[in-house]
Amino acid sequence: MDIFLDQFFNLAIMQKAFPLLLKGAWMTLQLCVAVILLGLVGGLFVALGNLSPRRWVRWPTIVYTDVFRALPPLVLLIFIYSGLPFAGIKVSPFTAVVIAFLLNNSSYYAEVYRAGLISVAKGQWEAAASTGLSRTQSLIHVVLPQAVRNVLPDLLSNTVEVVKLTSLASVISLSELLYSADMARSVTYNASPLVLAALFYLVLLWPLVRLVSHFQRRLAA
Amino acid sequence: MANRPMLEIAALEKRFGANTILKQIDLKVAEGELVFVIGPSGSGKSTMLRCCNRLEEPTSGDIILDGRNIMGGTSSDLARMRLQVGMVFQGFHLYPHMSVLKNVTLAQRKALKRSKVEADARAMDMLERVGLAHKADAYPAELSGGQQQRVAIARALALDPKVMLFDEPTSALDPELVGSVLKVMKDLKAKGMTMLVVSHEMAFARETADRVVFMDGGVIVEEGTPDEIFGSPKADRTRAFLSRVSG
Repeated sequence: MDIFLDQFFNLAIMQKAFPLLLKGAWMTLQLCVAVILLGLVGGLFVALGNLSPRRWVRWPTIVYTDVFRALPPLVLLIFIYSGLPFAGIKVSPFTAVVIAFLLNNSSYYAEVYRAGLISVAKGQWEAAASTGLSRTQSLIHVVLPQAVRNVLPDLLSNTVEVVKLTSLASVISLSELLYSADMARSVTYNASPLVLAALFYLVLLWPLVRLVSHFQRRLAA
Repeated sequence: MANRPMLEIAALEKRFGANTILKQIDLKVAEGELVFVIGPSGSGKSTMLRCCNRLEEPTSGDIILDGRNIMGGTSSDLARMRLQVGMVFQGFHLYPHMSVLKNVTLAQRKALKRSKVEADARAMDMLERVGLAHKADAYPAELSGGQQQRVAIARALALDPKVMLFDEPTSALDPELVGSVLKVMKDLKAKGMTMLVVSHEMAFARETADRVVFMDGGVIVEEGTPDEIFGSPKADRTRAFLSRVSG
């Protein structure tokens, strides 16, 4: 038991590792903000493309969502970071992560948006159009708010997945939370920093997960 | 009525694939006139109405609004045209995520670019007119069907349209709520609004319409004053329809 506590819950080591992990968490947070914001915006455009009446807009975006939902994000990440340099394209680890996860999660967000946009009755578009609002105005003021409300739990669920996904960045030595914790683990020969990192993720994600349940219940009611 | 035509439908055709929904429709609605369209379901009357603001795109023909052909043009021409043509739907289609007041001010703000103060004032005037000023802060879900439809009318009126189109405005309402909507429409007519109404409210047509148009199978079979159409219809199809609905 003592060995277990010493190996996983060593407070002295946790305290020592804390500043490093905090820096890692900050990096994770920056990654999350960049990837989530870009994913939310990119996903919306992809979803609109998916629903376009024009075939030359619709087809490429459907291929896009299919391909990037099928490709494992880790494969995508390593390809961008380690594969592209062979074509003379070098990007920083941060940029590689943002690009890889943007491609991946905008496809998932797009699917969620698409479901939401379809769920809004056609009459809403027609009512908005009949009052002289443009397509864009109708979308922004009338349809999108309802669409987002209808799929809010799914948007949040997807966001939780995105946050978890950022830990993959440790594979290409981006010093985010998991990478920092693993560094501390290898220096201290102790697993406590990893436990601490897990707690960080929990603190970050637990409120989000709660929120998903809350909205799911509210929508079910 | 010798007034100038406010809305003119000329040689209107609408086809969906091999199906011809509307065949060579010609119809004029004079300024201040209320034209009432009746006919069996599937006769094309709603499609014709929806062609008037191009929610349904005509296959061919012209729609002339206050002397201007609204066919062709850019998407912003289309939006400007729609500001001048108010539309009321069978299903109300209020925006459920906005208060009644915001429902009535949205297009005023975004399409007409009115200031908030101006739009709010205009919205309250219109809500007053349909008897719902006290519901300005309510949400559509808190209103009865009849109240929702009156808000929808206020929403359209707030844009100062030249013509109002009504697509079966009372068909989705419980019978006891129909009267309140018809009363608002009658009041509109009295104030000189040009109206094209598709509906099954025959008693209302008899009382309020200047002209009644009977459609069947995508064509206008017969038109005349309410007395002519309801009193002594000429076409067999009109007679058959009227005996069915009054039967």
